[in-house]
Amino acid sequence: MDKEKMKLYWKKNLRFLTILLIIWFVVSYVAGILLAGPLNGIKIGGFPLGFWFAQQGSIYVFVALIFVYVSWMNKLDKEFDVDEKE
Amino acid sequence: MDVQLWTYIIVGITFAIYIGIAIWSRAGSTKEFYVAGGGVPPLANGMATAADWMSAASFISMAGIISFGGYDGAVYLMGWTGGYVLLALLLAPYLRKFGKFTVPDFFGDRYYSNTARTVAVICALFVSFTYVAGQMRGVGVVFSRFLEVDINNGVYIGMAIVFFYAVLGGMKGITYTQVAQYVILIFAFMVPAIFISIQLTNNPIPQLGFGSTIAGSETYLLDKLNGLHEELGFAAYTSGSKSMIDVFFITFALMVGTAGLPHVIVRFFTVPKVKDARVSAGYALVFIAILYTTAPAVAAFARTNLIETVSNENYSEMPSWFSNWEKTGLLKFDDKNNDGKIQYVADKEQNELTIDRDIMVLANPEIANLPNWVIALVAAGGLAAALSTAAGLLLVISTSVSHDLVKKQIAPDISDKSELWIARGAAVIAVVIAGYFGINPPDFVAAVVALAFGLAAASFFPAIILGIFYKRMNKEGAIAGMISGLAITILYMLIFKFNLFGETTSADWWLGVSPEGFGTIGMVVNFVVSIVVSNATAPPPEDVQDIVDNIRFPRGAGEAHDH
Repeated sequence: MDKEKMKLYWKKNLRFLTILLIIWFVVSYVAGILLAGPLNGIKIGGFPLGFWFAQQGSIYVFVALIFVYVSWMNKLDKEFDVDEKE
Repeated sequence: MDVQLWTYIIVGITFAIYIGIAIWSRAGSTKEFYVAGGGVPPLANGMATAADWMSAASFISMAGIISFGGYDGAVYLMGWTGGYVLLALLLAPYLRKFGKFTVPDFFGDRYYSNTARTVAVICALFVSFTYVAGQMRGVGVVFSRFLEVDINNGVYIGMAIVFFYAVLGGMKGITYTQVAQYVILIFAFMVPAIFISIQLTNNPIPQLGFGSTIAGSETYLLDKLNGLHEELGFAAYTSGSKSMIDVFFITFALMVGTAGLPHVIVRFFTVPKVKDARVSAGYALVFIAILYTTAPAVAAFARTNLIETVSNENYSEMPSWFSNWEKTGLLKFDDKNNDGKIQYVADKEQNELTIDRDIMVLANPEIANLPNWVIALVAAGGLAAALSTAAGLLLVISTSVSHDLVKKQIAPDISDKSELWIARGAAVIAVVIAGYFGINPPDFVAAVVALAFGLAAASFFPAIILGIFYKRMNKEGAIAGMISGLAITILYMLIFKFNLFGETTSADWWLGVSPEGFGTIGMVVNFVVSIVVSNATAPPPEDVQDIVDNIRFPRGAGEAHDH
């Protein structure tokens, strides 16, 4: 693969990683820890929101993040013709 | 039928399954022994990874820890799941493309140095032995509590089973037994959770019951629990008592440590393609999340049940499970004010009840009056969790010796067949050492598990990430980074965990960070030292830079190979 194309492929990959890792950080460290106190003032059903993010919500989002990454990368691999042959 | 008979039947069936799989999946080559021939379907790998990862601690102890810590338990819930996001996004696909057998392989080739390889081998051995000792102990404990077998005999039985499938089948045997073990452990964890959720909240899904109202009332379960805590003088269940900065650092160290654990990373070498490595990390997290989102619900249910059953009630009127667990010493009642009632309160002077946290999962089915077969199932689940993790760790230990030390350094000309025999021999020795620690557990086991995560975070993680994402990274930087990250983390543990230089309290911690969370700082030190040293020394050779370019895209991964 030529160098320029490779650079662009890598840049796009890094952009995906940045977006997803920001979400990863926000749901766990921001919502579940740093802002857990104030968020606990909001209730969803019986859950104080900060507590819910810390013990439930962040885990659901983690799962979603991996599958979003998989689908983005599979598309990107095809677009740049670097996917694996079946 | 009584509980013991049920336990013999269910545990007997599960063990027969493991042995059957071991015979069916014997390894014929080092490639099968190290990476299961590189042909594991991603869904199976996801299940195997989940079983590999969820240990006796996840199955038996975690819900109990959360039950007593309330909100603080989130450090484990987020820490031990969030690491999979890092694995899937930053490590697994690239290491799969790199396509070797072990984690030290990556260090040896990417950092073109046997010193780097050896540092990686030492870290891998240390982390794995620490962990495996706890698993063998877990097997012994389950045997002794449910089958009234002596703990030591329980450890011997566990050794014999692991010996059978890890030594015969290597990664191939381990992978397929782990798939079976996952099914057993998740079933065993979910059945009592669903029963109890229905009993308490009328909702069959524990994750939802957790946030519902208590059956037959308008009060939310968590509000009720907070109220009970307040009455008895405990910190509110949904707020916890650890400082925010400590929760932050511990969670981070556990996440990064998870992503750096060698027995988890090698699982991604067993799938056929880079694409499979990515998606199987996703499957693994789904399978893990089923247990990890249920555990906090179980914790809250068990806490409510327990307080309601014992608090201010007459000791003489306690149900039969109470005296059963008193016999094991996990539950202790001391009637300090001689009123015949149980005072369970936060104040240590007045509290009369001491509860071992493991009881929350093990005694849960009895507390909720569930049928005997459910209790037996929990025993089989605990054994599955402990055995599957032990096997994965033993494999890392044996490959570190046969592949990374013997084949790569001492005797490179050795034939595949001899290497396979050395791997088996190393597995045998590792089983024996693990069994020894299971029977004579050193006091420091619990303490060093935190150390294991801290060390993985401070050593492996930065070196692997920089090896992939920073082409300029060279061997001088990586070695200096790993050594300084490790040194400062070990030093901190020695000072504040083991009190080697005089008694310390939490007031002495640097920035208020506990030894459990210090791996985060060790990791930052590693990153900084690595980058500074790397920039002050010569860039890595051209062919190493080509390796880095090559692992960044999937095409041409092929199967995991030796050279």
